[in-house]
Amino acid sequence: MTAYLIKNVSVVGAAPTDLLIRDGVVAEAGAGLTAPDATVLDGTGLVALPGLVDLHTHLREPGREDAETVESGSRAAALGGYTAVCAMANTSPVADTAGVVEQVWRLGREAGLVDVQPIGAVTVGLAGERLAELGAMADSAARVRIFSDDGHCVADPKLMRRALEYVKAFDGVIAQHAEEPRLTEGAQMHEGEVSTRLGLTGWPAVAEEAIIARDVLLAEHVGSRLHICHVSTAGSVEVLRHAKARGVKVTAEVTPHHLLLTDEKAETYDPVYKVNPPLRTAADIAALRAALAEGVIDIVATDHAPHAVEDKECEWAYARPGMLGLETALSIALDVLGPQWDLIAERMSRAPARIAGLEGHGLDPAPGVPANLTLVDPAAHRTIEPAELASRSRNTPYARMTLPGRIVATFLRGEPTVLDGKAVK
Amino acid sequence: MIRHLLSGADLDADTATQILDTAAEMATVAGREVKKLPALRGRTVVNLFYEDSTRTRISFEAAAKRLSADVINFSAKGSSVTKGESLKDTALTLQAMGADAVVVRHPASGAPHRLANWVDGSVVNAGDGTHEHPTQALLDAYTMRSRLGRLAGLHVAIVGDVLHSRVARSNVLLLSTLGAKVTLVGPPTLIPVNISAALAPGTDVSYDLDAVLPDVDVVMMLRVQRERMGDSYFPSAREYARRYGLDGPRMRRLPAHAIVMHPGPMNRGMEITPEVADSPRSTIVEQVANGVSVRMAVLYLLLGGNNR
Amino acid sequence: MAYPPAAQSSPPRQPSVKVILAAADVSRVVDRIAHQILEKTQGAADTVLLGIPTRGVPLARRLAGRISTFEDVAVPVGVLDITLYRDDLRRHATRAVGPTELPPGGIDGKRVILVDDVLFSGRTVRAALDALSDVGRPASVQLAVLVDRGHRELPIRADYVGKNIPTALAESVKVTLAETDGTDEVKLYGGATS
Repeated sequence: MTAYLIKNVSVVGAAPTDLLIRDGVVAEAGAGLTAPDATVLDGTGLVALPGLVDLHTHLREPGREDAETVESGSRAAALGGYTAVCAMANTSPVADTAGVVEQVWRLGREAGLVDVQPIGAVTVGLAGERLAELGAMADSAARVRIFSDDGHCVADPKLMRRALEYVKAFDGVIAQHAEEPRLTEGAQMHEGEVSTRLGLTGWPAVAEEAIIARDVLLAEHVGSRLHICHVSTAGSVEVLRHAKARGVKVTAEVTPHHLLLTDEKAETYDPVYKVNPPLRTAADIAALRAALAEGVIDIVATDHAPHAVEDKECEWAYARPGMLGLETALSIALDVLGPQWDLIAERMSRAPARIAGLEGHGLDPAPGVPANLTLVDPAAHRTIEPAELASRSRNTPYARMTLPGRIVATFLRGEPTVLDGKAVK
Repeated sequence: MIRHLLSGADLDADTATQILDTAAEMATVAGREVKKLPALRGRTVVNLFYEDSTRTRISFEAAAKRLSADVINFSAKGSSVTKGESLKDTALTLQAMGADAVVVRHPASGAPHRLANWVDGSVVNAGDGTHEHPTQALLDAYTMRSRLGRLAGLHVAIVGDVLHSRVARSNVLLLSTLGAKVTLVGPPTLIPVNISAALAPGTDVSYDLDAVLPDVDVVMMLRVQRERMGDSYFPSAREYARRYGLDGPRMRRLPAHAIVMHPGPMNRGMEITPEVADSPRSTIVEQVANGVSVRMAVLYLLLGGNNR
Repeated sequence: MAYPPAAQSSPPRQPSVKVILAAADVSRVVDRIAHQILEKTQGAADTVLLGIPTRGVPLARRLAGRISTFEDVAVPVGVLDITLYRDDLRRHATRAVGPTELPPGGIDGKRVILVDDVLFSGRTVRAALDALSDVGRPASVQLAVLVDRGHRELPIRADYVGKNIPTALAESVKVTLAETDGTDEVKLYGGATS
């Protein structure tokens, strides 16, 4: 195993130092390190962060390998600075059995670019009717701890209550896609002035807020952990703030696109901007940014959702919702939060690792810690070219935008997955 | 010069007025022995219809043929993302056929905008989902101007299912551009609260048809689909008709000069009674005839020169 | 919505300008055409003057006015817009369509005299003949122009010519009339040699 000596790197924004990576861990940290056997990397101007952890990734395998595979998604993740991703359950077949989650977990191991932690479905076939075998998935080799019907809301309040209670047995958490389905029938975009003008059926903010309100009350009632996926509205932030003040065990994520893009993007009718929950207003963005800084929202999660060309190059109403995120998330966070490295590390690595219960991830580079880390060049800017992305799909909403920051290298347990900005394998 | 006509918002007052003036000249052709002009000889107009709408398709077809264009009717009803060819592949086919203009009717809002990215020719929106229907608004404006002599300063009530109406959206945009005042009337479930901010500041909303009628020059009744009942937009057809339908007694509340419009097809007995539809105030038949002239004007404006 | 770029026209290099007809000349020329029409049509019976926009229209009105002064005959005047019949539509941005106004008695069976300011290639007159045949069936069609500058591209000639002006192709003839431009004048603008 090659040792790496990173010279003059700022660890999470601190004064420059050297890091020696050997045998899968950070062996030494401090100024003026030498190691004759090590490959030396010049870390001048770079920031070392704990490897990013994505709590919300769609890898599309099994079922839609034309859009993404575990391997291609893992490569995209590594290039984005990630060392672990949680793979959502809405594959085909759905990840609602031990067999499917173990398959995804095994494919992740084989790709070896990031740790792929499968998320299990809450209900059989994501149908929202009866619980999937949550315990079997928890006990499987994949050791599933997060359960989600993402893409669908667990709308039935009794079923949601039971799921919240049931996963306490193995310290699980339900990640809710908060969308009251009766209020979003046929919904195409945020309900507001733009949807009125464009004649697209609206997705009202209240459809998200009502479910979050219900679920924080349920979680409080049964004393369970609840995670809210992709919070998108100012009203949701208020509900979460209230719940957290009451001591409810709720965590929440926001996606990079909900921190940056507004519903006005729909005016082109280009479905690359179609996503669920939809892009909201500038006021929502302001509230989400403030909530992220304050901690009402715990983490940034990508909701990386690759789609084949034919599912996006069509009429808006017929397009599938979702956008790519893994390779651009850190740049968006840097753009939105500025160089607040401790905050970025907290929201994109430490907190998601804690929520997911991922051992060895979310730890700042320090002696003895598993060498899961990424090196960022904050001074670099890059223009996003869809064709250059590692994902199999091209549905990035940031095409031709120039974004700050570039991932220079990523290490997974001491092995480089990205060097000089390029995937190692 | 505009290249496509996708929305009422594409037309500024000068361009809209030019279309209406041109339409007036085109209308004279209808009265001639030779109902044909050579202006678009050698041009190809494709009618691409993903929804049944015989009246709109025939109107565009007559308009194109009177201008000597070659017309290809491409009925793609039933095509969708799951079966048949994608819109993009269809666009590439039309492109290969040398379509100079594509007139598109589509159930998905924004489909004409997408199409405009994929073809070199001009795209005319002939109705897209619940979005817009700009040539309908032009023919409505033309009809109002013909009957009442002006558009600026007119007060127009648009009554009914505004939420789902492409006719209403295009009319609000065009009429406000041309200086008319619009009041939208209907049950609150069918009128988006933000419609004025979304489309045209100064647009009023009322839930009381009787209160609005004495003050308007034009009342435009929108088609209300009975299936909206099932979605709880209103309790019953009977209650809808009672509150928002235009019947004889209500029509007599209108000023003497006021006209009654309907884009068709009508639900007689629902939003309009036969007595009103067949009254001298009704412009419903004229609207159809004016549709051909206005569409001739639009096609000429888009295709009559080198506008690339 | 995409708009084509605005046409880039470079400012003309100071061309030589020569006044061919001054206001008084224009007036005399119009009088002469009016006399010729009366003479050739035996008193302008069953005759209709159709002006081709833009400047053919006021010219037609003036001719009718002079004819009525000379012989007390009221010759009906109309407007024939030829925009939709032009053969060069695709070479320009879309041209605005103007009104065609036929006199109340119509043109069927009448002698129609088309009136225009300048006769050049003949293409305008060709378009006018096409337009005319779509709006009626005159007994005969004649052509009156203020200026004939030559360079015909079609087998067309005028029946009444106010002034023949030999020109080079590169030169241009510009007619202004009081009704449309404020003054009566015919000018010759020089070509590349100037």
